[in-house]
Amino acid sequence: MIAIVAYGLGNVQAIANIYRRLNVEARLVSTSEELRAADRIVLPGVGSFDWAMEALARSGLRETLDELVMGERRSVLGICVGMQMMARKSEEGTSAGLGWIDAEVKRLPQADGLMLPHMGWNDVEPRAASPLFEGLDTDARFYFLHSYYFLPNDEGVVIAAADYGKQFACAVQSGNVYGAQFHPEKSHGWGIRLLKNFAEM
Amino acid sequence: MLRPRIIPCLLVHNGGLVKTCRFAEPAYVGDPVNAVRIFNEKEVDELFVADIDASVRGAEPDYSLIANLAAECRMPLAYAGGVRTVEQVERIVALGVEKVAIGAAAIATPEFVTAAAGKVGSQSIAVVADVRKAVDRYEVFTHNGARAARRTAEELAAWAEQAGAGEVIVNNIDRDGMMTGYDLDLVERCRQATGLPITVLGGAASLGDIARLIARFPIIGAAAGSLFVFKGKYRAVLINYPDRTAKTRLMGTGSGKVEPR
Repeated sequence: MIAIVAYGLGNVQAIANIYRRLNVEARLVSTSEELRAADRIVLPGVGSFDWAMEALARSGLRETLDELVMGERRSVLGICVGMQMMARKSEEGTSAGLGWIDAEVKRLPQADGLMLPHMGWNDVEPRAASPLFEGLDTDARFYFLHSYYFLPNDEGVVIAAADYGKQFACAVQSGNVYGAQFHPEKSHGWGIRLLKNFAEM
Repeated sequence: MLRPRIIPCLLVHNGGLVKTCRFAEPAYVGDPVNAVRIFNEKEVDELFVADIDASVRGAEPDYSLIANLAAECRMPLAYAGGVRTVEQVERIVALGVEKVAIGAAAIATPEFVTAAAGKVGSQSIAVVADVRKAVDRYEVFTHNGARAARRTAEELAAWAEQAGAGEVIVNNIDRDGMMTGYDLDLVERCRQATGLPITVLGGAASLGDIARLIARFPIIGAAAGSLFVFKGKYRAVLINYPDRTAKTRLMGTGSGKVEPR
């Protein structure tokens, strides 16, 4: 079963709907007990970094998440701010992140007349083979909506990069911890394939 | 490469979808959730839904409708209509809406935009400028065009960035439903005034209009109502949207030619 962490923000219902259509068992989960029953976890997120961290703290799920992800090594996929939360900290706020990946979240530079936020459909360039991108060809594109990006200390965790004024990590994998800066739940067939890959790997 | 966003704009009135002309004469075009399903199949870049009753009636947003739309949408969703408190913004974003658009409240209580962006992040807050041309400038109106905001489009666009919003949605009221093409001068003025992404609404009659907009402003949101819900001169309701090939052609990166006006 895939647990979609329902801590009060992020598009949990859209993710659940996609899994329902794929005939994959997925549940919106808001208690530690339900979370423990999951073999995979999706951590969605929309909003500012501090707001998301506070909402997760209020949900009472943080300790269980730490235990399952870092202790038991269950697979987790962070989406958008859900990915950024897996870093140690963010320039967008003052809260500490989950620290599941040694990374910082930085503001995208506003250079060359580029507008911020980075908003819309962008190409994604594979950097390393990952089961997450299985079957997705080079014309795959995803929907982005963010002004901050994930900067890992170890380049080796980057599985895909996107280009907007600069190259940045738009998908990462460190062991059982996966992150996507774009919104697969809002990226049509490409995003559905990625969510399916996460369910099947 | 970041692509321009081609965005159907749906208006909600009395629980159904409508299309207006110059913000008046709402004509029923169908059921909102059904329309979202069709737009899913057509792989729409983004969807903009505006509840045209909420601000005027001073009513709360229709949260159950928003929840249904957000859950059905396999593409990003922006919502506008009657949003005036941070709590409302939080609730709508928590329902799975990517962007909340603010019109009347951005004029009445500007500090609210900053507070909302501080909570949910700039990327989820858009400011709407509904404008009419007055000789040499564009004046902003709220409440479906009924109230003058005593501000120009450029002033509002520049202010939106200062206030912490993440997008400006600019709509020429006089072109709403008229299908006479986008007002490129209006876009140019807003582009000069702000570094935020801009979405343009009002007047698109053909994919050629969108192609012309994109040719001049490569990173843009090209939104349209009538174009994507009507077909032919009798305005028969038929939801339509360019497929992948047609979209690539619109961006001028394909080999095909843009359809003539």
